[in-house]
Amino acid sequence: MKSVFSLLPDQASEFARQIDHLYLFISAVSVFFVLLAALLVIVFAVKYRRRPGDKRPEPPHDDSTLEIVAGSGLLVLLMVMFFWGAKLYFQGNQPPKDAMEILVTGKQWMWKLQHPNGKKEINTLHIPVNQAVKLTMTSEDVIHSFYVPAFRVKNDVLPGRYTQVWFQPNKEGTYHLFCAEYCGNEHSRMVGFVQVLSQEGYEKWLLSSGGTAAGAAAATGGGAAQESPVDAGARLFAEYGCATCHHSEAGALGPNLAGTFGAEQMLMDGTSVIADENYLRESILNSQAKIVAGYAPVMPLFQGMISDEEVTQIIAYIKSLSTAGTDG
Amino acid sequence: MSTATSTASEGKHYLNAKHTVLSWLLTVDHKRIGMMYLVSLVVFFLIGGAAAVLFRLELMTPAGDLLRSETYNKLFTMHGIVMIFFFLIPSIPAVLGNFLLPIMVGTRDVAFPKLNLASWYVFMLGGILAFVAIVGGGVDTGWTFYTPYSTMYANSNVILAVCGAFIAGFSSIMTALNFVVTIHKMRAPGLTWFRLPLFVWAMYATSLVVLLGTPVVAITLVMIFVERAFGLGIFNPALGGDPVLFQHLFWFYSHPAVYIMILPSMGVVSEIIACFSRRRIYGYKFVAYSSLAIAVIGFFVWGHHMFVSSQSTYAGMIFSFLTFFVAVPTAIKVLNWTMTMYKGSISLEAPMLYAFGFLGLFTIGGMTGLFLSTLATDIHLHDTYFVVAHFHYVMVGGGVMGFLGGLHFWWPKMTGRMYPEGWAIFAAIVIFVGFNLTFFPQFQLGYHGMPRRYHEYPADFQVLHIMSTAGASVLGFGYLLMAGYLGWSLKFGKKAGANPWDARGLEWETSSPPPTENFLVPPVVRHEAYAYEFESETSPESHPSSESSA
Repeated sequence: MKSVFSLLPDQASEFARQIDHLYLFISAVSVFFVLLAALLVIVFAVKYRRRPGDKRPEPPHDDSTLEIVAGSGLLVLLMVMFFWGAKLYFQGNQPPKDAMEILVTGKQWMWKLQHPNGKKEINTLHIPVNQAVKLTMTSEDVIHSFYVPAFRVKNDVLPGRYTQVWFQPNKEGTYHLFCAEYCGNEHSRMVGFVQVLSQEGYEKWLLSSGGTAAGAAAATGGGAAQESPVDAGARLFAEYGCATCHHSEAGALGPNLAGTFGAEQMLMDGTSVIADENYLRESILNSQAKIVAGYAPVMPLFQGMISDEEVTQIIAYIKSLSTAGTDG
Repeated sequence: MSTATSTASEGKHYLNAKHTVLSWLLTVDHKRIGMMYLVSLVVFFLIGGAAAVLFRLELMTPAGDLLRSETYNKLFTMHGIVMIFFFLIPSIPAVLGNFLLPIMVGTRDVAFPKLNLASWYVFMLGGILAFVAIVGGGVDTGWTFYTPYSTMYANSNVILAVCGAFIAGFSSIMTALNFVVTIHKMRAPGLTWFRLPLFVWAMYATSLVVLLGTPVVAITLVMIFVERAFGLGIFNPALGGDPVLFQHLFWFYSHPAVYIMILPSMGVVSEIIACFSRRRIYGYKFVAYSSLAIAVIGFFVWGHHMFVSSQSTYAGMIFSFLTFFVAVPTAIKVLNWTMTMYKGSISLEAPMLYAFGFLGLFTIGGMTGLFLSTLATDIHLHDTYFVVAHFHYVMVGGGVMGFLGGLHFWWPKMTGRMYPEGWAIFAAIVIFVGFNLTFFPQFQLGYHGMPRRYHEYPADFQVLHIMSTAGASVLGFGYLLMAGYLGWSLKFGKKAGANPWDARGLEWETSSPPPTENFLVPPVVRHEAYAYEFESETSPESHPSSESSA
């Protein structure tokens, strides 16, 4: 980690470099105005100090010209910050299509991480360099926040829904991972590292059956450490009987799910919705909330019958149906 | 106003009109109520400050070796709850506002004096509940009470603390209501809206925010109560609730609350800079309207606290866009204050030094707000020490510096005694240096990724933490020094005349301390505000220099 006295901290992605540019721009503007204000106050305090026998000063003529000119000028500068910041923010919320997806579950007080091939780890995330990585995150209890300063990214991790964060590291190394949202007693110990490896290093690490994976499997109580989320989802899809209604043949009671993820769904009430992770989650747990047009509301509610982890796996499977099996 | 001076020489004023404890506890005199608030707030400030000293000591080392994590979490929560709900929000309105506002508008008391007294009792009830919550085991949710942690997971006195904050809110509402009605209905003859001192304008804007915002946080706190106590699902997803809904409701009040804390300070600074520059405020109307503009726009920016909380990207953009609009009237005010000094006649007594401190620190606080209103930089900075530094620059550097400046400025009026100038200047400098040493390193900590509310931290951050703790000790010393000489001056300070600063405004036309009825002859206003171009109408023998020879 760079010294805290260096101007900028470790930069481990292109996004971090772009954030730093914006940061330096706002810093320059701020330093300029703070120094200007300080200079004027000091100069005036000295130059116009009260001397014995001074006459009473004239009251100012206020015609608002100065205020309007200064205010408009400032607004232009502020709009530059706004658009610049909004552009990067938008980009930061749009993971590339080919991003590798890692499932993240936050709980008091650890990060549970699962790779596409099913390998699990805790608190240390291994990822390959120069590969876009998308995290799909949820929490088992309170709100957490996944924060990697070296990538300049952060997003809250919420119970009962999915949030995302993505980054593309461009430098191998070990970087801090913090929980940024206060989550109770051991909040400051809900920390870890992101280890950015070379492509080969990552492949090798994936195939190793190191202590991490075994430990993770034990800690999460899952014996299926090496079953990928998609495979697990496919298994659950069959076990819960989803395929009885959700199939491609004529007369199916439920919509065929191939191609559903990411597509617009027309609903019974005339509105439409993009089928993202949160929509799928709601449709599994509380299927009556948004019914796809042309289907009867006959699906049972799975709330309380199915674990969070299982929902996530079924969603991973449904997503794989839309990417023609290239996922995982 | 020779009548005012003659009363002063007779020696009857609001402080010595009656002497019993009961005469204080049952008083409906706005001045006495203001002083009772001052005493209570000093106690709360000491409690909140002591908590800060303890956790700053813990943060000297990366390991959690001085305090257990539970204790650390309870201390920062206590610091936040006490300082925000029981010091900053009431500070200027309840102390200086209560004392000065009726005098500034030239009336005998606020519109509803009994309601005013009730507000102090309600405030103390809320404060005592919060205090019981703290000593009876503590609260560990952070002052923000984020759900579902606060409603389902925290094992501490959440309900008691929430009740305390809920009840204290009503005292703010009572005070605000009193101010709005007093300003509308009780102004002296000749005192038109645009002759009002800017302090009164600031109180008016603040009161509107309090009246519109506080009920929302009250409802929100009740929702925490019912979810925690009765398991009624509102915020907890396991019960079908939405945890982010809480953040929307909470910040709908708590962002405007920042303006409740800073607008009064801006009012104080306007009074001080005009007086010590002997010049009418540059762009009086602009400053008056900008207080209202800030109060209104302040209600539309709450979503900037949730740029990384799963709020939609587009909502984030709208909130960011609107947030930049608050910056404009704020920046123009700084320009107006600076331009007031241009071609003024400036003297540098302690109140003016605090006003300078306010200008410098508040400008830094405002500028660093731009990093947080900008979406992309906020992603990185959200919930780090950068945010901690930013809001301390605004609320302590702005809010508290303004309060202290006002306290020194009106100290002779409130107590009838001058504070010792040399000590006051020394303390003002110590506080300014200590403050910057405490909080400036935290900007750097934040950009390097140090998250807030951390009991332990990676060793790389230690140097900056040590600087911050050192600064906190200097700052604490400055505050204690000030408490010492202000206390001393109550008995030994030089007697103050009616108008020791040669200031303008109705409060300087009555004796120091004022009589119970404020004015023996109801005042009539003939000048614009800040008529510093004319000689004072207060008789010259009431100036301290001439009084000592009298």
